[in-house]
Amino acid sequence: MAFGKRSKRQDLDLQSSPMAFKNLSGFVIDPVYGTENIAQLDVERDLGGPGEFPFTRGIHKTMYRGRLWTIRQLGSLGSSGEANMRIRNLLAMGATGVSICLDMPTIMGRDSDDPLCEGEVGSSGGVAIDSIADVRQLMDGIDLDQVSINWVCNAQSCVILAFFVAVAEERGISADKLAGTLQNDILKEYQAQKSYYFPPRSSMRLTVDTIKYCCRHMPRFNPISISGYHLASAGANPIQELAFTLANGFTYVEETIKAGVDVDQFAPRLSFFFKVHNDFFENIAKFRAARRIWARAMKEKYRAKDDRSWLFRVHTQTAGSSLTAQQPENNIIRTTLQALSAVLAGTQSLHTNAFDEAHSIPSARSEKLALRTQQIIAHESGVIHTVDPLGGSYYLESLTNKMEEESYRYFEKIEQLGGVLKGIEKGFFQREIADSAYQYQKDIENKRRIIVGLNEYREDGEEPIEMRETDPTFETRKIAELKAFKSQRNQQRVSARIEQIREVARGDGDFMPLFIEAVKDGLTLGEIIGAMRDVFGEYREEAIF
Amino acid sequence: MEKRIVKKGIRVLLARLGLDAHWRGSIVVAHALRDAGMEVIYIGNQMPKEIVETAIQEDVDIIGLSSLSGNHMILAPEVVKRLREKGTQEIPVVLGGTVPPDDIPILKEAGISGIFGPGSSLKEIIQFISALGKK
Repeated sequence: MAFGKRSKRQDLDLQSSPMAFKNLSGFVIDPVYGTENIAQLDVERDLGGPGEFPFTRGIHKTMYRGRLWTIRQLGSLGSSGEANMRIRNLLAMGATGVSICLDMPTIMGRDSDDPLCEGEVGSSGGVAIDSIADVRQLMDGIDLDQVSINWVCNAQSCVILAFFVAVAEERGISADKLAGTLQNDILKEYQAQKSYYFPPRSSMRLTVDTIKYCCRHMPRFNPISISGYHLASAGANPIQELAFTLANGFTYVEETIKAGVDVDQFAPRLSFFFKVHNDFFENIAKFRAARRIWARAMKEKYRAKDDRSWLFRVHTQTAGSSLTAQQPENNIIRTTLQALSAVLAGTQSLHTNAFDEAHSIPSARSEKLALRTQQIIAHESGVIHTVDPLGGSYYLESLTNKMEEESYRYFEKIEQLGGVLKGIEKGFFQREIADSAYQYQKDIENKRRIIVGLNEYREDGEEPIEMRETDPTFETRKIAELKAFKSQRNQQRVSARIEQIREVARGDGDFMPLFIEAVKDGLTLGEIIGAMRDVFGEYREEAIF
Repeated sequence: MEKRIVKKGIRVLLARLGLDAHWRGSIVVAHALRDAGMEVIYIGNQMPKEIVETAIQEDVDIIGLSSLSGNHMILAPEVVKRLREKGTQEIPVVLGGTVPPDDIPILKEAGISGIFGPGSSLKEIIQFISALGKK
């Protein structure tokens, strides 16, 4: 017989590569899994059915048979006019949700005319938002009560939300009709993404402020998307991503309860954001473990009674950090595998990256291919026919258990440090993530991990790829537009609002209603953040490496 | 472990240009340079003026810049220009990050000594910097 007769030589080759059987979290994977690996698993207690506690198999009974995941692509680009066109184009091609990223100045709480922003206005595939005028143009012609908008904003979330609500009101749409999400996850900014300005506790106050506002006025809106994606982008391995994200989630729950809100009032609107990287089954186990841990903690520890409070609802993005600049077409295949794992993991929403993103923001062609990847998985692969098709797999269930156990180990460590905020102040997360990033890079350089086209199967003389042109005059135009906008405002009212914001910052009142009025008076994002900066001060940390 | 073939005591200033928050690359490089026996002064986000002032104050051998947000074409040459104005053009400037291939010849023309795009290995970077530092 030809099969079954694998040569000894082939086995030896695989064995000699020590990383070959370790996943990204560093767990050693056994040659085969069987009943003995899941002897402790109680199906009813640990899995339940789909849509049943503890939701390991998915948060809905019918999953994608009932409703497909949201195909959510990034619809942002330098100017709000261009970004608006891109959003409309994505929706016309069949996207069912969009995400909007901000340019680096907006992310850092600065207006386009700030001298620190030179060369970055409209950068990184993000849109430059200074004032209500930009959001008006960005949302032009988009059905705000139909399309869900995911705002990829964090330290500046409160201001972006104020712009959004104010623009919707101008169009006669009240806040309670708006669907969408604010990323608004400040903890992971200190841990990984590094776009913060205020000290952690002042930032936490703003996050809780927006959660409170949304609970009262925006029942269809997710005030936060607790994000592992950025932890992983900065280098966290999947087990760190899982444990740190959930630990952050618990921190938001505790802080919001402390602010006097009942857990069942806000917990159903908490949402999450995960990365899917290269290890296929590890991705899937991560989501299953997350659902189980979250459900148990919400029910048993935080005493939530509403079953919607127990649900780990998650948006997923394929791994930007897995994309290679070398042989960029290979990224199409990577992204497809990652996207498939997200679907098999039961995600609620998915973003697929474009293959040219290691070089620049996506071209029109690559962006379309990324969207079509999801549509092919949805309509052609057959994986949506049945709910949780991999449930019960010896390997997957065993890996899920292992990730759950390791998460609890991390929770203990974090508790010993005094909680997440203390852990940030002590540099715990930053060090863990930086160490993993360095380890990953060394594994690639030592070929303990093979990345096709990067450290193996390389080719000389790569063909140039088609790239999206950016407009070099945009920055100057944007600054001129902002000057014109500012000159038309009632300056006295602007100054009075700035003083009011400082006043609230000094006390402990609510910000959101004031911000909404302030942006209607023409205050810019930089001015509002600036007024708070005057009171809260700016946070700096030593780099850890 | 990597072989430590570098001269001891090369002082490298690492900075992220402008507001760019992307930090993974620069931190991994900082770690690798330190492990290779160099002295790393990591100053996070700074504008060219502050970068050049710190480089002179700290008497560094090399400046390493990181940019993934697209400001490299304006701010990286600005660093070289300011070094020349101060008469300290002997300090070489190296850039890492998302640099489109078309920009590379322009940056080299503007006086950037080395450019390391996505997929560059730490080994190449260490070798390049240690060679520059020996001059």
